[in-house]
Amino acid sequence: MNMQKVMTRMSHLVLPISVLLLLIIINLIKGADYFSITVVKGALYGNIPNILFGASELVILTIGMTLVTAASQGQDISIGVSATITSAIFVLFVINAAEVTLVTIIAGFLISCVAGLLIGAFNGILVSIFKVQPMVATLILFTGGRSIAFMIDGKLSPILANDISNQIGTVIPGVPIQTPIILTVVFIIITAWVLKTTNLRLYAQSVGINPSAARLNGINPKKIIFLTFLIMGVCTAVAGFIAVNKAGRHDSVNLLKLIMMDAILAVAIGGNSLSGGKFSITGSIIGAYTIEMLNRTLLRLEVEPEAIKAFKAVFIIILMVVSSPVVRDFTRKIMDRVRTLGLIDGVLKRHAPETAAVSSPGSIKRKEE
Amino acid sequence: MDLSKTDVLPTRSKARLSNSNLLFLIAAVIFIVMYVFAVISFPGSFMQFQTFVDFFNLNAPLIIMTLGLCIVMIGGGIDISVGSVCGLVTMACAVLLESHIGNVWGAILLALGIGIAFGLLQGYLIAYLEIQPFIITLAGLFLANGLLTMLHKDPINVTRPDFVALRDFDIVIPFLGTKNRLGVFIPCEIKPGVIVVVVLIVLLAALMKWSRFGRNVYAVGGNSQSAMMLGINVKRTIFFSYVLCGLTAGIAGFVFIMTTGAGNIGNAAGFEMKAIASAIIGGTLLNGGVGNLLGAPIGTLTLLIINELIRAAGVQSNFQAIISGLLLYLFIVLQSVVMSLRDRKKISLALPPWVKLPWFRNKEQSV
Repeated sequence: MNMQKVMTRMSHLVLPISVLLLLIIINLIKGADYFSITVVKGALYGNIPNILFGASELVILTIGMTLVTAASQGQDISIGVSATITSAIFVLFVINAAEVTLVTIIAGFLISCVAGLLIGAFNGILVSIFKVQPMVATLILFTGGRSIAFMIDGKLSPILANDISNQIGTVIPGVPIQTPIILTVVFIIITAWVLKTTNLRLYAQSVGINPSAARLNGINPKKIIFLTFLIMGVCTAVAGFIAVNKAGRHDSVNLLKLIMMDAILAVAIGGNSLSGGKFSITGSIIGAYTIEMLNRTLLRLEVEPEAIKAFKAVFIIILMVVSSPVVRDFTRKIMDRVRTLGLIDGVLKRHAPETAAVSSPGSIKRKEE
Repeated sequence: MDLSKTDVLPTRSKARLSNSNLLFLIAAVIFIVMYVFAVISFPGSFMQFQTFVDFFNLNAPLIIMTLGLCIVMIGGGIDISVGSVCGLVTMACAVLLESHIGNVWGAILLALGIGIAFGLLQGYLIAYLEIQPFIITLAGLFLANGLLTMLHKDPINVTRPDFVALRDFDIVIPFLGTKNRLGVFIPCEIKPGVIVVVVLIVLLAALMKWSRFGRNVYAVGGNSQSAMMLGINVKRTIFFSYVLCGLTAGIAGFVFIMTTGAGNIGNAAGFEMKAIASAIIGGTLLNGGVGNLLGAPIGTLTLLIINELIRAAGVQSNFQAIISGLLLYLFIVLQSVVMSLRDRKKISLALPPWVKLPWFRNKEQSV
């Protein structure tokens, strides 16, 4: 019984985890040394650390995107651009500082967080108070944002040439794991703590399922939607901070370009509905790592760089067809039929009592869903 | 004449404008204001008829794409693959035209075929398998983009004589034109793409306004549940709206290569967001059910005039994107404020009795 409870609670994770397993199997067929990890200058390198390293910004943005999607029933397409603006402010602060110390970096990061909050407030006011669809509201920043970042930069791609940024982007000497991975894990833990201790999850879900019903129950939908956009703003600031330290210079044209597509995709692969409501951050995070793994798998399979996008598209289409409600209902029907046949078989063999007692509640429950 | 029929579900009182028409009216008024402003501030260039025609000449593909996108958006969906499909079509046509078997008619068929193929695939997946449109059209964007780069990487300039003749073909209007500095009269020229645009606007606007399919799209976009209860085949309506959108993307691709005459990886890159922005400015809501197809060209032209104005003012190129973003902001806020005020019944566009626009004649009769 307990096992069944766990299974139903984990049912939304079936899709992302099975995709992840499929990709791992493909990789293992290609070469058995997939999991091998080497130590170079005291830090771990290999396929798995590379995936964790490469997906760090995507994971952070996906967390924010999941919350925004759940509460506002739409997507934020300006995340890459907002991360570019916040990181431009960070770079401006660090470059103009007389001496780069850890305090300067942290101060720059906090200032960029404030910028992220402002951007989130801008989008959030449009969505919550003016009731604009999130995609339209964030289209504004998407149109003009990169130019703003370019003007903050003042010149073409300023370079972050200091030891601390370098260490944040790669490894701190003595620590075996790359710093972006550690930052991502810290961010995930903070998010989990916030969702565990506050009512945010419940409120966001109820607002996303039905805003007017939520309002009648005493939740202010405007406030919750605004709050999710503020959180999104902080997420973009953190992602921009990691991305710019990784790259070592601020390229306002190409930094985190088209990452919103990947983030939305990760939310969808994680088993979340893009039209709001119930959400699972775990699923989204697994989805984000899946996308990074897919990209690297295609490279590993020596697919030509030009064809990668087409392959990715075919993969997404197959994935979405498999997880679509129609196909899911169809397989459920077939499974039920198989189970019924098994039941009849069991009756014929006079083992009916135990089998019926175990399997019938499950099938009824499934039909109720 | 009867625009109030565009909304299948009538608004509460017949005397008020429907949401579609109100948003269209706002877009049209803003467009006219922008153009008048442009003429006043830069009389030398914007007074010329050729400048106005050039908006259509150079941006025919974007207008065509926006038309298709509007239909999908009125049906409550979204299609972000239009730009990439258009780019794929240009490259495929260029490759076909440069090969020894190619001819212009074959290229037209290829363009329509690619567009319809994408429309069929996406429409089937979205309508019948009930997958979220954003994800499927995102996959369509990746697919078209990937196929484009697989097809050919380098720019191809089409040199076939019959195609070059079509590319350079201009319709000259002799009585409209301007004199240049030397006093030589230059007549106004129209590209064949403009005729395609005009024909498509008329055809699709008529389709959306008077045909059963068009009204079904409005009903499905407004509320798919009640549309289904009214006996509308919701899935088929959504399916055909995506097929139509794919078809317009294909046509846009052919018009694109007809204007520029070259296949290139960067063709029509980023057009999907421009098309969405134009549709929004033209008064189509992303929620679905509200919109007017005549708003699509108006929205596109407004966006282009903004860009042209900024360029004419000689502002630094970075300000262009920022200012067009700000103007988009103004539009969106204005639309939202007007819509919310309408919901509170604080304003209803009460026209004075001496204003007798043909559209509102129906309203006056009913009062």
